Amino acid sequence: MSAQEAGAAPEDTVSIRIVVPQQLRTLARVTGDVVVEVATPVTVGAVIDALEVAHPALAGTIRDRDTGRRRAMIRIYADGQDYSDAWTDTELPAPVVEGREPLRLVGAIAGG
Amino acid sequence: MSGVRVLVGTSKGAFLLTADGHRERWQVSGPLFGGWEIYHVAGSPADPDRLFASQSNGWFGQVVQRSDDGGTTWEPAGNDFAYEGDPGTHLYYDGSSRPWTFARVWHLLPSAEDPDTVLAGVEDAALFRTVDGGRSWSELTGLRTHASASSWAPGAGGLCLHTIVPWPDDPARMLVAISAAGVLATEDGGSTWKPANTGLRSEFMPEPEAEVGHCVHKLVRHPSRPDVVFMQKHWDVMRSDDGGMSWREISGDLPTDFGFAIEVHAHEPDTVYVVPITSDEQHYPPDGRLRVYRSRSGGDEWEPLTDGLPQSDCYVNVLRDAMAVDSMDPCGVYVGTTGGQVYVSPDGGDHWTPIVRDLPRVLSVEVQTLP
Repeated sequence: MSAQEAGAAPEDTVSIRIVVPQQLRTLARVTGDVVVEVATPVTVGAVIDALEVAHPALAGTIRDRDTGRRRAMIRIYADGQDYSDAWTDTELPAPVVEGREPLRLVGAIAGG
Repeated sequence: MSGVRVLVGTSKGAFLLTADGHRERWQVSGPLFGGWEIYHVAGSPADPDRLFASQSNGWFGQVVQRSDDGGTTWEPAGNDFAYEGDPGTHLYYDGSSRPWTFARVWHLLPSAEDPDTVLAGVEDAALFRTVDGGRSWSELTGLRTHASASSWAPGAGGLCLHTIVPWPDDPARMLVAISAAGVLATEDGGSTWKPANTGLRSEFMPEPEAEVGHCVHKLVRHPSRPDVVFMQKHWDVMRSDDGGMSWREISGDLPTDFGFAIEVHAHEPDTVYVVPITSDEQHYPPDGRLRVYRSRSGGDEWEPLTDGLPQSDCYVNVLRDAMAVDSMDPCGVYVGTTGGQVYVSPDGGDHWTPIVRDLPRVLSVEVQTLP
């Protein structure tokens, strides 16, 4: 019996492409962009949830484990807009949800 | 022939330096974890192939790495360092109160008996332990909840627990050192603690001989004589003969008694090494000469060791965890500098030579003596 036949609501998921900083790629042992499956509606928080499930070594490196708050020197951009402080309430833009653009995790500039 | 493996933590990665027992020809591997600050790399005495590294940076926080093959391959272990309960507050530089906030692991102390058990000293100051090889970490809460903790204030490097000194024959007893709280002692495995700073004097405090608040930079002891403990304080080199309950100054004829690192010879419990640094405002050696000082009498009388160390135009620092000894015979002594040099003396300090000259800023040096 499938989940749908059992009465559970079907869950739509989409593939989200994430640009991860080089040091986190090394930590997660991935090359290039990371792709995760995320249920709609797609928010930054949902993408980070999926990223941490797929790559547990990244837990705690993007957001604080206790508070869930974004680490201060991480920025998050999508389709040319800054989503660093829009984690849970704002759906990501269509080009990211439709896979045409990546979600970009960026280490804030610091130093000279 | 047996050999040594030197574990070097730097501001931009870790390096492993290996040699046979002559300690003359070295192989250098690294950088491991390139670009990250590696505050400390430590090997398990119970299993020398088991290594732990504290990896952190301001962007991505803390990672603990683990190797089970002597540093050839590494896996990220746990990085969840959560203070138990309401973490409370400590003093900040300006006298205000700030909540306890985890920043990084400064120091890792693998158990002498169990390769899965490690103590970690962290910033903001607290003590954590893993018993599953680094996957999960639990706080020993009695330290951070000590009655004096709300009065602790950070040193220039942060409010860090940087030194852990257990008794070899009784792991329930240990000393820890915190900048700038001072020394605290436990006799019940970390449940309860008491300050152990009697005899220390620190002019930067309103009450220079207060029970807590001292900027202790490093402690060391010889395992055969656990009640004798040597200390490099912010200023002053100190000694305790009663397991830290009281201290007396042994700076003697040192050119300056400011410094960070202190070590004791592997086979001579009264032979102690320090690296005098000009002052708290001038973190480089006096007169541009890098001199390790050795006392063979447990302090007070010191001799400069200079052969092979730069004796002009040298303005590097040697940080608190950047001096180590091996247990070969003769004992080797190792010093890492903020200029990226790691020097070795394979003869107890008489002659020095650089193993490497151009690493990033060296934060820590440990040595494993391998069978």
